[in-house]
Amino acid sequence: MTALRDAFVSALVALGLFGPLVGLVAASGEHGLSLHVRPVATAVVVGLVFLGRLLIVSWRGRNRRPIAKTNRARTERLSRTGQYIAPVLLIAAVALPFTGSRYYIDLGTLVLTYIMLGWGLNIVVGLAGLLDLGYVAFYAVGAYSYALLATTFGLGFWTCLPLAGILAALWGVMLGFPVLRLRGDYLAIVTLAFGEIIRIVLINWVSLTNGPNGIGGIPRPTLFGLAFSMDGGPGTFGGFFHIEPAVIQRIDFLYYVILGLALLTNWVSLRLRRLPLGRAWEALREDEVACRSLGINVRNTKLTAFGIGALFGGFAGAFFATRQAFISPESFTFIESATVLAIVVLGGLGSQLGVALAAIVMVGGLEALRDGLSFLGDQMNSPIFAGIASELPLYRMLIFGLALVVMMVLRPRGLVSGRTPGVALTKPKAIGPDLVAEGRG
Amino acid sequence: MLTVSGLTMRFGGLLAADNLSFQANKGDITAVIGPNGAGKTTVFNCVTGFYRPTAGTIVLTHPDGSVFPLQRMQGHRIAAAAKVARTFQNIRLFAGMTVLENLLVAQHNTLMAATGFGVLAVFGIGRYRKAEAAGMEKARFWLDATGLTARADDPAGALPYGAQRRLEIARAMCIDPVLLCLDEPAAGLNPRESDELNRLLLRIRDGGCSLLLIEHDMGVVMRISDHIVVLDHGKKIGDGTPAAIRSDPAVIAAYLGEGDEDEDRA
Repeated sequence: MTALRDAFVSALVALGLFGPLVGLVAASGEHGLSLHVRPVATAVVVGLVFLGRLLIVSWRGRNRRPIAKTNRARTERLSRTGQYIAPVLLIAAVALPFTGSRYYIDLGTLVLTYIMLGWGLNIVVGLAGLLDLGYVAFYAVGAYSYALLATTFGLGFWTCLPLAGILAALWGVMLGFPVLRLRGDYLAIVTLAFGEIIRIVLINWVSLTNGPNGIGGIPRPTLFGLAFSMDGGPGTFGGFFHIEPAVIQRIDFLYYVILGLALLTNWVSLRLRRLPLGRAWEALREDEVACRSLGINVRNTKLTAFGIGALFGGFAGAFFATRQAFISPESFTFIESATVLAIVVLGGLGSQLGVALAAIVMVGGLEALRDGLSFLGDQMNSPIFAGIASELPLYRMLIFGLALVVMMVLRPRGLVSGRTPGVALTKPKAIGPDLVAEGRG
Repeated sequence: MLTVSGLTMRFGGLLAADNLSFQANKGDITAVIGPNGAGKTTVFNCVTGFYRPTAGTIVLTHPDGSVFPLQRMQGHRIAAAAKVARTFQNIRLFAGMTVLENLLVAQHNTLMAATGFGVLAVFGIGRYRKAEAAGMEKARFWLDATGLTARADDPAGALPYGAQRRLEIARAMCIDPVLLCLDEPAAGLNPRESDELNRLLLRIRDGGCSLLLIEHDMGVVMRISDHIVVLDHGKKIGDGTPAAIRSDPAVIAAYLGEGDEDEDRA
C-alpha cells in the first residue's frame, strides 16, 4: 500500500516536472511561435515514472539484507569470478584484430585508450585517494610533446614516447606541489583549473602550438624501423615481409601498440601495489595523519602518485597523437577528464578489472547503444513512430545517463568495489568496500 | 633521554602548555597525567611533531649519543630519523588494509630504501625480496607479541576494539622506536584487556624502548610507570615516583578539586 502511495506521489512530481517540459512544445509556424500540447507523450512519461517507482519500492521491500554481509560476500564472489573474467578479456583483446573489421578495431583502439587512461588515473584517484579532475592535462602534454618533438626535430614515435611520458610526469609533479595541502573539493577545483589552463595555453600560444588550428602531419609509429606506407618499398612493412601493403595493417599495428601500452600500465600498477610505494599510497588514502606518525614523507608520496599517474596519461597522449596524426586543443576538453573519472568511479576506485569493464561499457557500450537504436529505428516503419524512428539514436545519451544513475544507486562503490590485499600471511582475503576509505584528498 | 624544557604552546588566547619542563629517562615508563584539558595531548603533539611549540625545546638523545632537537624537525622526520613513535587517542588504523599491511606500512622507510628508488623492485631485481622477508619477520614478531597472528589477514577495521588498540601499538613498534608515545592506550579496555596491555607495555620497556604515556586509568598508571608527571592547566604540578605522586597534596587537590588556592585566600 505504501508502495502505491509512494508511486502516486512520484507520478505527481513527474507530472509537475514533465508537464511543461514534455507536454508543451513551441513550434514556429506561419504566424510566429505557437504552442502545441502533447498530452499522450506526457501521460506516457508520467506512467513510466509511476510504474518504475512502484517496481523499485516493491523490489526493495523484498530484498532487505544486512548490507555489510552482502558487501563482503559480493566482494569475495566478484574477486573469484574476476580471476576468470580477466583472462577472457585479455584473449578477446588479443584476438580482436582477427575479425578483420576496421570498425571493431578502431573502436577497440578507442576503448583501450580509455582503459589505459582509466588505469593511469586509478593510481591517483583510486590508490592515493586524490581527486583529480584535470587528468586530461597530462594527456594533452603527452600528445603535444610527441607532436612537437616529431614535427620539429624529426624524432620517431618510440624515441618520443618515453620523453612524452617524462614531460607529462614533470607536469604532474608541478601540479602536485601547489595542491599538497588541499583536500577534497578544493583539490578537485584546483586540478580542474589546471586542466583548463593547459588547454587555454595550447590555444593561445600560437607560435609554439599553432593555436586552435592544431598540429598536423604527425608521423606514424614504425615497427622496428619499418614504416606502414602504401608504396610497398624496401623500408616498409609490406616491402620487408613481401606482402601487399594495406591500411588495415597499420590499424592492427596501432591497436597492438595501445594494447601493449595499456598492459604495461596495468602491470606497473599491479606491481607497485605490492611494493612499499603502492602500500603507502593506499595508507595515505586511509589516513594521512597516521602515515605521518609512521615517518612516511606525505609530500613525496603524493607527488609520486601524481607523477606516475601523469606518466601514463602522457604515454596515452603520445599514442593519441600518433594515431590521429592531427591534434588540436579541442581534443583535450574537460569532458575527457570527466569521462575518464567516470570510468574510474563506475569501475570501482582502485580496481583494475572494474576500470577495464567500465571503459568497455562507457565507450563501447555507448557505440553499441547507438547502433542498436538506429537498427531499432530502421525497423519502426509504422506511421505511428513517424517522428521518433529517425531520432531514436539521439536518445542514447539520455538512456545512458539513466543507466549510470541506476548503476550508482545499486552499486554506489562501483562495479568491482573493495580491494584484495597484495600481501598475506596465509591466503589473501577480499576486503569489503564498507571498510575501505575513499580518500578525501 | 627526552628533555623538555620551557615548553610553551599558545593557541590564540589559550595557553595549553605553560613553561613546562620535565624529563623522561631511558628505559623508563613515564606517565603524563592530569585532569581533562590539562594539556597532556598538547605536550604529546609537540613531542611527536604534530604541533610546533610557541617556545621551549624538546631534545631527544639516542642511546648511541646522537641528539635530535624535536621542536625544529619536520613531522615525518621525527618518526623516521628520531625514532619517536606514537599512537592516537582515537585509534587511527588503516581500516581498509589488513593487519599485516598495517605493520608493513609502518616499515615503509626501511622497505622503500631497498627498492632502488622504486624502479628496480618493479622489475623484481635488487635486494627488495630480502628486505620484504625481513619486514614480514618483524611483522610476525609483533603479531605474536600482541596476539594478533590469527587475524593477520583480516582488515584492521573489522577487529574488535581491544585488538585495534594492540594493533596500533604493534604498528608503532614496527618503526623500531627509541621512544614510544601512547595516548590513552587503556581507554575503553576491560580489566582483563588492560592487564594484557600492562604486560605488553612492560615487555616493550624491557626490550629497551622508553615509553611516554598519557593515561586516565590510575590502575594502569600506578602499576607500571616508573615516573609520573602531573599537569594541570598547562602547568606541571607534580613530578616523581608513583608513591610520591600518590601522597602529593597539590596533585590530590587538582584531582579532587579541594583546597584550591583561590578559595583558601577568599
